[in-house]
Amino acid sequence: MEKFIKHTGTAVPLRRSNVDTDQIIPAVYLKRVTRSGFEDGLFSAWRNDPQFVLNKAEYKAGTILVAGVDFGTGSSREHAVWALQNYGFKAVISSRFADIFRGNSLKGGLLTVIIEQSDVEALWAAIEANPATSVSVDLETRTVSYNNVVLPFAIDDYTRWRLMEGLDDIGLTFKNADSIDSFEKSRTTLKPATLPIRG
Amino acid sequence: MGKTLAEKIWAEHIVRAADGEPDLLYIDLHLIHEVTSPQAFDGLRLAGRTVRRPELTIATEDHNVPTLNIDKPIADPVSKLQVDTLRANCAEFGVRIHSLGDKDQGVVHVVGPQLGLTQPGMTIVCGDSHTSTHGAFGALAFGIGTSEVEHVLATQTLPLARPKTMAINVEGSLKTGVTSKDIILAIIAKIGTGGGQGYVIEYRGSAIRALSMESRMTVCNMSIEAGARAGLIAPDQTTFDYIKGKPHAPEDFDAAVKYWSTLYTDSDAQFDVEVNLNADDLEPFVTWGTNPGQGASLSSNVPNPADITDPEARGAAERALVYMGLEAGTPLKKIAIDTVFLGSCTNGRIEDLRAAAEVVKGKKIASTLRMLVVPGSARVRLEAEAEGLDKVFIDAGAEWRNAGCSMCLGMNPDQLAVGERSASTSNRNFEGRQGKGGRTHLVSPLVAAATALRGTLSSPADL
Repeated sequence: MEKFIKHTGTAVPLRRSNVDTDQIIPAVYLKRVTRSGFEDGLFSAWRNDPQFVLNKAEYKAGTILVAGVDFGTGSSREHAVWALQNYGFKAVISSRFADIFRGNSLKGGLLTVIIEQSDVEALWAAIEANPATSVSVDLETRTVSYNNVVLPFAIDDYTRWRLMEGLDDIGLTFKNADSIDSFEKSRTTLKPATLPIRG
Repeated sequence: MGKTLAEKIWAEHIVRAADGEPDLLYIDLHLIHEVTSPQAFDGLRLAGRTVRRPELTIATEDHNVPTLNIDKPIADPVSKLQVDTLRANCAEFGVRIHSLGDKDQGVVHVVGPQLGLTQPGMTIVCGDSHTSTHGAFGALAFGIGTSEVEHVLATQTLPLARPKTMAINVEGSLKTGVTSKDIILAIIAKIGTGGGQGYVIEYRGSAIRALSMESRMTVCNMSIEAGARAGLIAPDQTTFDYIKGKPHAPEDFDAAVKYWSTLYTDSDAQFDVEVNLNADDLEPFVTWGTNPGQGASLSSNVPNPADITDPEARGAAERALVYMGLEAGTPLKKIAIDTVFLGSCTNGRIEDLRAAAEVVKGKKIASTLRMLVVPGSARVRLEAEAEGLDKVFIDAGAEWRNAGCSMCLGMNPDQLAVGERSASTSNRNFEGRQGKGGRTHLVSPLVAAATALRGTLSSPADL
């Protein structure tokens, strides 16, 4: 996974709450067996509308999505993260994310940043006033900054470290293979197994 | 201080805990389907890894499969490739699979319980957010993304931050015609789609204890629609009786019951949050909007967004009414429906089919709509056919299909057309969920059946 330390770019204001993962990428796009090429499905139901924010020329180059509350609710599809990344987004800012979406994004290196809703509103206003506003998301200092505004955000130390080092979870878990072996030795025999097939 | 049920199960599965790190949790059962697994198997191959515990893993085909002509090759080549990829991956890595045509093929969350693989005290994961269904057995069960699917395949563990705990106490007794679907829709309307975020919910109280296993599954299934990754119910005699006799029920059943009987929230345990709901007051509940929290009693009217004080919720309601093509103030019972869908991991089990069949028996569905009846699994279909339920539905004018996710999500051939309106026993009324431009009202199987007969949203009491 690519390291994430700091990203600076322009931002896209998505003034909608409760954007579920079916809106981020509808199910019909989930038939592929690869991790790439999902950008064409991103927000596909809204992309036909010329007034939709991603269709506006001034936001075409945006790499930071600033979304309403409860972004990423619903389905566990990681394709939602891939679609945002394939399109070019490096970070999403919101006042609240759904748990599974946030977990998926932080596993895959798409930084999800939580700030207060009033700060989201102010950021929307700033971007809309000047779409070229430079916005930085800095994992080192745990801040979002634009114009003269600096907003701290919280992220747990472990996730921050893993993202800044670009480490994947499976590799880290394999370092603790001994713990898994010993857990399995003491595991109760009452638990079911799928094999051999019964009944 | 005592522990909650969720905390007990969590503690029993900690492989490794270290300060400042997520806990490494052991996973007892990993369910797999065609949509969220191909990239995970690819990852294993790329890294030269194997599936650590194939005997704790099981696959089926559900999201992307047709419910008609299942003896023929899948017509859509992209869908076919995805299903073929699952079959090839399972063969390569030694994972048990139930494919189209097999009696244990079906919606993954119907398959686990019917095989007796879902048991109390387990940790269960699947690359599907409705994995919370299995919590009905007193298991800690939650949906995961594809990166996590790969992690579980490779290590049989997951690194996870400890969740907070929420108790939802439902006391009282349900009136005739009110079901567990109405309970969970009312809960989501009360706490909102984000209300459960960061929590594991434990459903408690006399109304929950009185529910059958399959009704409990309906409640736990929709925990994620309230934002909670997992929801569970303490196991009791109802649970034990349901598991007994299932193919993978424990051989030493008494020993298992002894262990399962330790799985409850201690009387001195503290939940981080408690929510109360009175079952006596509940009525059949339906959604009017585009998220599962936008619901109301069937006897009420489409709400007026102007009456909503929270600006976010007001804006969301305004947008929802536009999308749904509804006028504020319209009685919900006046809303005409084009398609009734009975099925899904929420309400596609035998009890659901029986309840709906009882309503439509000897009657005809309205000529203005179509009704799809899709059993949750091939085994449910066979059981229903043995009871003659297929004939009841067919005689009423409904379509009797093969098992799959079907119209719950617009991924397979069963979809709504643009502007078409459904009464659906599934779990999500998101924009376009059942097909681009489709409009969804979430309902119970009883409301689905009564609606099919009357043509407008209705409960059996309206017949």
